[in-house]
Amino acid sequence: MTRMTRNSRTTRARFLAGVLALTLLLAGCSSEPTRDGGRVTLRFQSLAWQQESVEATKELVDEWNALHPEIQVEYVQGSWDSVHDQLLTSFEGGEAPDIVHDASDDLADFAYGGHLADLTDLLPERLTSDIPALSWESVTFGDGVYGVPFLQEPRVLIADAVRLKESGVRIPTPEHPWSWAEFRQVAKELSGDGRYGVAWPLKEPVSATLNLSLSAGGRLFHRGDDGKVTVRFEDGDEVVPRTISEQVSADHSASPTTLGSGGSDTLPGLFAGKYAMVPLGFSYRQQIVQQAPKGFRWQVLPAPAGAGGLAQGVSPQTLSVAEDCPHKEEAVAFLDFLLQPRNMVRLALGDWMLPTGRQALADPALRTPEHGWATGTALAAHLRPAPAQSVRGYPEWKDKVATPALQEYYSGAIGLGELRKRLEKDGNLVLARYQR
Amino acid sequence: MRTRPAARAGQYTALLAYLVFLAFPFVWLASTAFKPATELAGLHPTWIPQDPTLANFRQAFDEQPLLRAALNSLLTASASALVAVAVATPTAYVMARRRGALARAATGWVVVSQAFPFVLLIIPLFLVLKNLRLIDSLPGLVLVYVVWSLPFALWMLTGYVRAVPAELEEAAAVDGAGRLRTLVSVTVPLLAPGIAATALFAFVTAWNEFFFALVLLKTPEHQTLPVLLTRFIGAEGVADLGPLAAAAFLATLPSLLVFALIQRRITGSLLAGAVKG
Repeated sequence: MTRMTRNSRTTRARFLAGVLALTLLLAGCSSEPTRDGGRVTLRFQSLAWQQESVEATKELVDEWNALHPEIQVEYVQGSWDSVHDQLLTSFEGGEAPDIVHDASDDLADFAYGGHLADLTDLLPERLTSDIPALSWESVTFGDGVYGVPFLQEPRVLIADAVRLKESGVRIPTPEHPWSWAEFRQVAKELSGDGRYGVAWPLKEPVSATLNLSLSAGGRLFHRGDDGKVTVRFEDGDEVVPRTISEQVSADHSASPTTLGSGGSDTLPGLFAGKYAMVPLGFSYRQQIVQQAPKGFRWQVLPAPAGAGGLAQGVSPQTLSVAEDCPHKEEAVAFLDFLLQPRNMVRLALGDWMLPTGRQALADPALRTPEHGWATGTALAAHLRPAPAQSVRGYPEWKDKVATPALQEYYSGAIGLGELRKRLEKDGNLVLARYQR
Repeated sequence: MRTRPAARAGQYTALLAYLVFLAFPFVWLASTAFKPATELAGLHPTWIPQDPTLANFRQAFDEQPLLRAALNSLLTASASALVAVAVATPTAYVMARRRGALARAATGWVVVSQAFPFVLLIIPLFLVLKNLRLIDSLPGLVLVYVVWSLPFALWMLTGYVRAVPAELEEAAAVDGAGRLRTLVSVTVPLLAPGIAATALFAFVTAWNEFFFALVLLKTPEHQTLPVLLTRFIGAEGVADLGPLAAAAFLATLPSLLVFALIQRRITGSLLAGAVKG
């Protein structure tokens, strides 16, 4: 072995060792924690994700910090995609954010698990009286209130305005909505020549079906005197799934190909005139404004009504305080600031959703007919907590029983009798395990 | 032996189909990244953007600190790859050359450790790192990635070490080289393709990893690229498709670059001497 080769290898080894040390050093340097100089610092994990809502939230945090130098709030960006797993691990590890943004249907495990603070005695009267009792129900688990519901969205019909006008059908309003039978008829009239009256994006068939079924008087989950919940698929529960199924299989007025799609996947068909109407969450309007081709005219219609009127289930977005947070009063004071009516309006506009607060809902910015805001705000009074969210065992019932059963029913593989049997018989077996 | 033309054509067809299958997601991602929002919502999607734009890239950079996250990912992945290789190389050597009960037990551990789903480990791991004050730190994440990639890295490198003829080491010993000198001067150079492949594996594993980074890093300044990408996804899976595709497209480039750089070395070294009998 020559001296040159040896030197070259030694140099190479030193170089590699240097790179390793430098990389570790850099990795170490960039992880230096920030200090807050002894002030109370609250970590607020927000799930705002659209540019306008992120900006609105950050601005409000900055305003709070400027007004309250002794209570600083640190904005932390979370993600809807993984919030449950991330929060669960953080709670278990005792490292959760102080203030947590989530949705009411995700809170039950955390509330019952003792990870969230009961806010009953901490919330200011201004906030408790401004937000309707029905919204508070969605964050009440047992005797405690484990979050503040602040944004929600009804499911509406986004319609091709030109096609609707040309067809001559009656345009529904929140005061005079279509009945489910009328909706079926209209969808038929709007179909033909390879075009469909409606496209149902039913990637998540259970929540869509259950929430809309409240309008037909369905409730599916019945709580007995002993507090135990059982599933009963009654007349009111049949209306929505039967309507969808008949639109797909008998009338051919609903596209069969969108039954497994998400809402965004149906928009190209709406823009291209393939579908006249698409039932979507209210916040999808933002995507439509962003993506619709120039000249495409659209309008927001209320979902059909039935025996239950315009009622539908929603799972509001929530703000909660971690049980481990040592400064709960300060955290609630921040929530009170963040959810002042004018601030709630800013958050709602940023997320294209409806605020839960009555005063915010009355704001003229949310009463404009532009982009269907007025139709949405008119529906706010009819929104109810999603029927299933306080039912223990619902996630398993949904994944193992209801989702496959509804998917098979909508695709025509099974009939209404088999659907009822599976939801009730198989479903009650699942729920019983959680209620022993 | 000559291959019949029909068989050769079939081979090339299969190869082409496989390449198309592999390339499709990346090409589609690139195509999506350069399409304006209105074109993304077209009923008949096209391969080549009709009205290509950089707006998605601008929006992605405006909305999220992509460069900082990319730097975090680069530091974490590079450190993980270097440490994993530094630990795995001597360990694999011992496992390959020593035939005792300990080596067999270590090999068994490597196999068994592959069977643990990470969801089982995450909460205990979180608590361990918390006690070590390594939560929310990139060195903590590097430690996790090293441990996570080590079993497979060991498995890979052990195979490479076994492929190096022991006679070469014996010859070095006869020439007076000690165990360490033999390892450094004889075995490691011959292991270069294996080490490169292992480093690549550890780098790509760490670069793409999402869940540990999501759970262990809290401070926004520490977050890595995969975690940042999820910020383009909203409730119920609604995605800001253009900026997401733009950011994801950029996020795939370093992996491809590292692979392109190392791949030549891997194949070159593997082929060197292959025909020398």
